[in-house]
Amino acid sequence: MSAAPLLEVRGLGKRFGGLHAVRDLSFEMARGEVLGLIGPNGAGKTTVFNLLSGFLPQDTGEVRFEGRSITGLKPHAICALGLARTFQIVRPFPHLSVLENVRVGALARQPRMAEAAARARAVIEQVGLAAKAGQPAAGLTLADRKRLELARALATGPTLLLLDEVMAGLNPTEIQAILALVRSINEAGVSILLIEHNMRAVMTLSHRIVVLSFGEKIVDGAPAAVANDPRVIEAYLGEAYVPAAH
Amino acid sequence: MRWLALAALVLLLALPAWLDSYAISVFILIFFYAFLGQAWNILGGYAGQLSAGHAAFVGIGAYASALLSAQAGLTPWLGMLVGGTLSAGLGTLVGYLGFRFGLRGFYFVLLTVAFAEVCRIVTLNTDAVGGALGYYITFTGNPRQFQFQDNRAYYYIALGLMLIATGVVAAMERRRFGAFLIAIREDEQACEALGVNTFRYKMLAMVVSSFLTGVGGTFYAFYLFSLQPNSVFGIPLSVEIIIRPIVGGAGTVLGPILGSFILSPLAEASRIYLGQGGWSGAHLVAYGLLLIAVVLFLPRGAYPALRRLWLRSAAR
Repeated sequence: MSAAPLLEVRGLGKRFGGLHAVRDLSFEMARGEVLGLIGPNGAGKTTVFNLLSGFLPQDTGEVRFEGRSITGLKPHAICALGLARTFQIVRPFPHLSVLENVRVGALARQPRMAEAAARARAVIEQVGLAAKAGQPAAGLTLADRKRLELARALATGPTLLLLDEVMAGLNPTEIQAILALVRSINEAGVSILLIEHNMRAVMTLSHRIVVLSFGEKIVDGAPAAVANDPRVIEAYLGEAYVPAAH
Repeated sequence: MRWLALAALVLLLALPAWLDSYAISVFILIFFYAFLGQAWNILGGYAGQLSAGHAAFVGIGAYASALLSAQAGLTPWLGMLVGGTLSAGLGTLVGYLGFRFGLRGFYFVLLTVAFAEVCRIVTLNTDAVGGALGYYITFTGNPRQFQFQDNRAYYYIALGLMLIATGVVAAMERRRFGAFLIAIREDEQACEALGVNTFRYKMLAMVVSSFLTGVGGTFYAFYLFSLQPNSVFGIPLSVEIIIRPIVGGAGTVLGPILGSFILSPLAEASRIYLGQGGWSGAHLVAYGLLLIAVVLFLPRGAYPALRRLWLRSAAR
């Protein structure tokens, strides 16, 4: 049983009218792994997240999580199985305090308010928002809202966390802090699938990287190998930038 | 705050001793509309699903208990629960259609209005329940038939209904159910991503809200003794139900009560002073102006604004 991958994606496909957003995508994730999902704008990364988390129905293929098929399940059911996501455009509950925001995530697992609040406090402490627990979410800075987004997903007690650009729009200091946070979450045993445009961050965090271009997987490998792969450079910069034969 | 609420309760319990019959009838309206507003508040204020057809639930509850009482001899004290259950049944249907097919915002509003209108038109054309002539309840003055000579009885019943609904809302707010409804109102998709079965909780909110509103129908029927399809199922009643929590503070425990204390006397005053000489719609104009003022100056209602004032003065 432990040999089964944590996440198994087979032949996943999604069309929007004439646009093939994701085409025949297959990859696997092992327990404890940090997998980076990269690719140029419009490559279909966020669509993959929406398919995995149940926000979009797939046209083809299957997703298995911890050995069972989650194809066709609703987002809340997928979250309950331990697969949680964040949104690229953060979606805090604006009128609620940081604590109340995170408590919603904790309540999904912990029906008692007091215990859920205690769990929420622990997670808020972990992401470094303790000083702002009572503030309304609408007044947070972008960096703090990203932390909040992360904390809420974390409060649901996931085994696999899908992070959609948690570093976008942050300054280098803030990125360092989030980087350390994501790493500590992973070290605590949570597997992470990461969409990220910040290459340095992806390269340092990921154990392995999958590169998408026009909805298809073009490369799947270790960070160093992926960074120097001519197909990746071509996808990002165009053919002209691919170094001539080594 | 707790002492203030207790003092207000004692005052309201003692008040009928000093009031004349007319003043009591004004308070009955305040309590009754606060009750209906509170029932709506669960779905509209907390869960953020704007129903503009809650009159349908009042109407079903009213006709059900009136007909059961006259035709089957069932006491309205039980008919009340039957009416509530039937209303919850309609609420389940409307909720299922709206929530399963993802109707949001205006589209959900239109769905609820459409169902209320269907109820109104069907009742208008069903002669067995009086049709367009309406349905009249014979006055017996028998308390077992929910009828009282002294309108202080209605005063206490309406007060009780208001307190029960407010208790339900207060209990809900302190529990997971309420926390989920608020989160659904704030951002439904984010809520779903956090493992909340938003469909289920919206349905629950709908069922509780429509049940309570349906219970209110019995009070409506046996307080007024006459049911007119155009009134009891009409859009104006739905508006009366919605506007109190909105003015008082939707999604707060005390908002619907505060809103009813502001608006019900206003409606009554304009009916008396402006009701003659072609001014009978004037209270609707006043509602319109008040609503504009609320949206402009107190977008979250009067209660949150008052609370802020109270906290500020307490801090001083």
